[in-house]
Amino acid sequence: MLDEVAADTMITQTSDSLYTQLIKTAGERLSSGTTGSLDEIRKQALERFKAAGFPTVKNEDWKYTNIQPLVNQPYALEAEPISGGAAWEKARIPDLDAYRVVMVNGQYSSELSSDEEIPGLQIMPIEQAFERLCFAKYFTAYADKTDNPFVALNTASFTSGLFIEVGKNTQLQKPIHIIHVAASANPFFSQTRNLYVMGAFAEAEIIESFVTDDAAERSLSNHVTEIMVRENAKLQHYYLQVAGEQSNYLNHTEIHQEKHSLYNNYNCSFPGAAFVRNNINVRLGDSEVESHLYGIALTAGSQLVDNHTIVDHMKPNCESYEWYKNITQDTSTAVFNGKIFVRLDAQKTNAFQQNNNMLIGEKSAVYTKPQLEIFADDVKCSHGCTIGQFDNEALFYLRARGISEAQARILLIHAFAFDVTSRFANDTVRQYVEHLAEEGLQ
Amino acid sequence: MLSIRNLHASVEDKAILKGLDLEVKAGEVHAIMGPNGSGKSTLGNVLAGREDYEVTEGEVLLDGKDLLELSPEDRAREGVFLAFQYPVEIPGVSNINFLKTALNEIRAYKGLPPLEAREFLNRVKEKQKLVEFDAKLANRSLNEGFSGGEKKRNEIFQLAMLEPKLGILDETDSGLDIDALRIVANGVNQLRTENNAFVVITHYQRLLEYIVPDFVHVLYNGRIVRSGTKELALELEEKGYDWIKETVDA
Repeated sequence: MLDEVAADTMITQTSDSLYTQLIKTAGERLSSGTTGSLDEIRKQALERFKAAGFPTVKNEDWKYTNIQPLVNQPYALEAEPISGGAAWEKARIPDLDAYRVVMVNGQYSSELSSDEEIPGLQIMPIEQAFERLCFAKYFTAYADKTDNPFVALNTASFTSGLFIEVGKNTQLQKPIHIIHVAASANPFFSQTRNLYVMGAFAEAEIIESFVTDDAAERSLSNHVTEIMVRENAKLQHYYLQVAGEQSNYLNHTEIHQEKHSLYNNYNCSFPGAAFVRNNINVRLGDSEVESHLYGIALTAGSQLVDNHTIVDHMKPNCESYEWYKNITQDTSTAVFNGKIFVRLDAQKTNAFQQNNNMLIGEKSAVYTKPQLEIFADDVKCSHGCTIGQFDNEALFYLRARGISEAQARILLIHAFAFDVTSRFANDTVRQYVEHLAEEGLQ
Repeated sequence: MLSIRNLHASVEDKAILKGLDLEVKAGEVHAIMGPNGSGKSTLGNVLAGREDYEVTEGEVLLDGKDLLELSPEDRAREGVFLAFQYPVEIPGVSNINFLKTALNEIRAYKGLPPLEAREFLNRVKEKQKLVEFDAKLANRSLNEGFSGGEKKRNEIFQLAMLEPKLGILDETDSGLDIDALRIVANGVNQLRTENNAFVVITHYQRLLEYIVPDFVHVLYNGRIVRSGTKELALELEEKGYDWIKETVDA
């Protein structure tokens, strides 16, 4: 019986391209008025997406990352859940004590989440937050100003997601660990939308892991997260990409910072997910703002990990610091595109960017592009980029002291990643990431 | 302990060692001297297992074990230690972590459990004192920012920590001032026992004033052309390498 249903779905899938299917479904939902208060926003977003379509490699932002083969495959827009999956446990971080939030195929799971009352903290499925004041204020306020067509598509037709509000003056005692599980028995295109609001003087740590159920079919997630960091708030934000090969991700994270706030992003990808595209845009929207973006991508097989970041200095006296490291094995590809804007108003900006690459696989590739656009005249901006390989002299030196070749490589990878890992605010996560780096090394 | 017979080795198809023989017994110190380009450093690198060097003929036995069959790490675990002429700087690898990894891998090879953290640190302290190496090692990357002298002393310190059977010193004296030279030599002398042996590769006689060898060999054109006691080094110092070249080439 199940087989027949699946077969039926397959037929509708193959008859319509993903594009047509998405436009049709979004249009139907809008005309039936099921999304209520968001209808107008969604309609406009749908028009924007229709005008842009899926990007091709002719688009500069997608030059090295061909999305076409992925979006030209058939998907269902409804997940077929896999029962009894405990895949979220793959995201367990040893010794981490955290509030757990599990999202299965984009849906909040109260069963798997720790689901406890924490004073000053609101966590709920995004569809329950539509009527909240801060939702109305910040939803689509910044992300939809970008020209990423996947944001427009997401706004038009996201089906689920997460809303987090850390109240004014609230300092969370434990990190929030959000686990995104891909666990659909059919090929699934998911669209989730998150909004995190850090109230004034709030402090929190959000760790997001991406995992795949072993029984899951291929999937493509279009994931948009908007983050508002209000005055004097501090947010430490980790992305830990440890999903399976059949999972593919388009993640857009748009951060807007107010005066005296701090936002740190630690973006780590490991062998697994075949396709990962992260857009991380930080808007330093007022003066005295500090932002740090750290990244490690250790890739293997034929994986592609593309990190596109924008650091947008809009006001004076802000500081940003960005350091990305890529290690490519086998035939994998890593892309780093780091754009820094220093707007006319943003005098006394201090912006730093560094990208280092280690090509291990002889047929692996790295594309890296720093892009600085500076309109203010009293600023300090520096950027650098290196591409190298394993240092054979260092390798021999370590081996000549009795250290095995495998262990020597691990030491050298740790050494390479050290500039980034040493900046991790959370020591437990740092150890976990170092362990993943060891495991991911062949 | 070390037995080298008819060793031929080449780099990029260029023959460097052309039939080298050497016997080293436990408790002995052998000096290898020779003009530039005679193959001195090649010998050290071939013994340590550097991959750029190809052994085309001959054998090398360490206590009866065929060294040439082994990977560089297994040679080290069997007790070969090459003090590098140019120690490598490795930013991001801490001195302490490196030493602990090396020591414990060697111990594991011998079927010994890893050293307790305290035991290890005591040993570090003791050996640092022994070789007069007072550089702060904690929180510092391997050889990073070390002066030339500190790097060489770090080599001897590592040697003290790992307690090899056979220590090969590849021009450890090059680039050292007289004080550093004395400290390095003193360290080696402290580490000499009747169970280990040293091969000291040097261009100059001056190191041998401090590390007194039992035998001196002159390497020229890939072969040992003359062997003797420490007096040979003095004779070399006096007459220069041209004297050797003339007598051999004649």
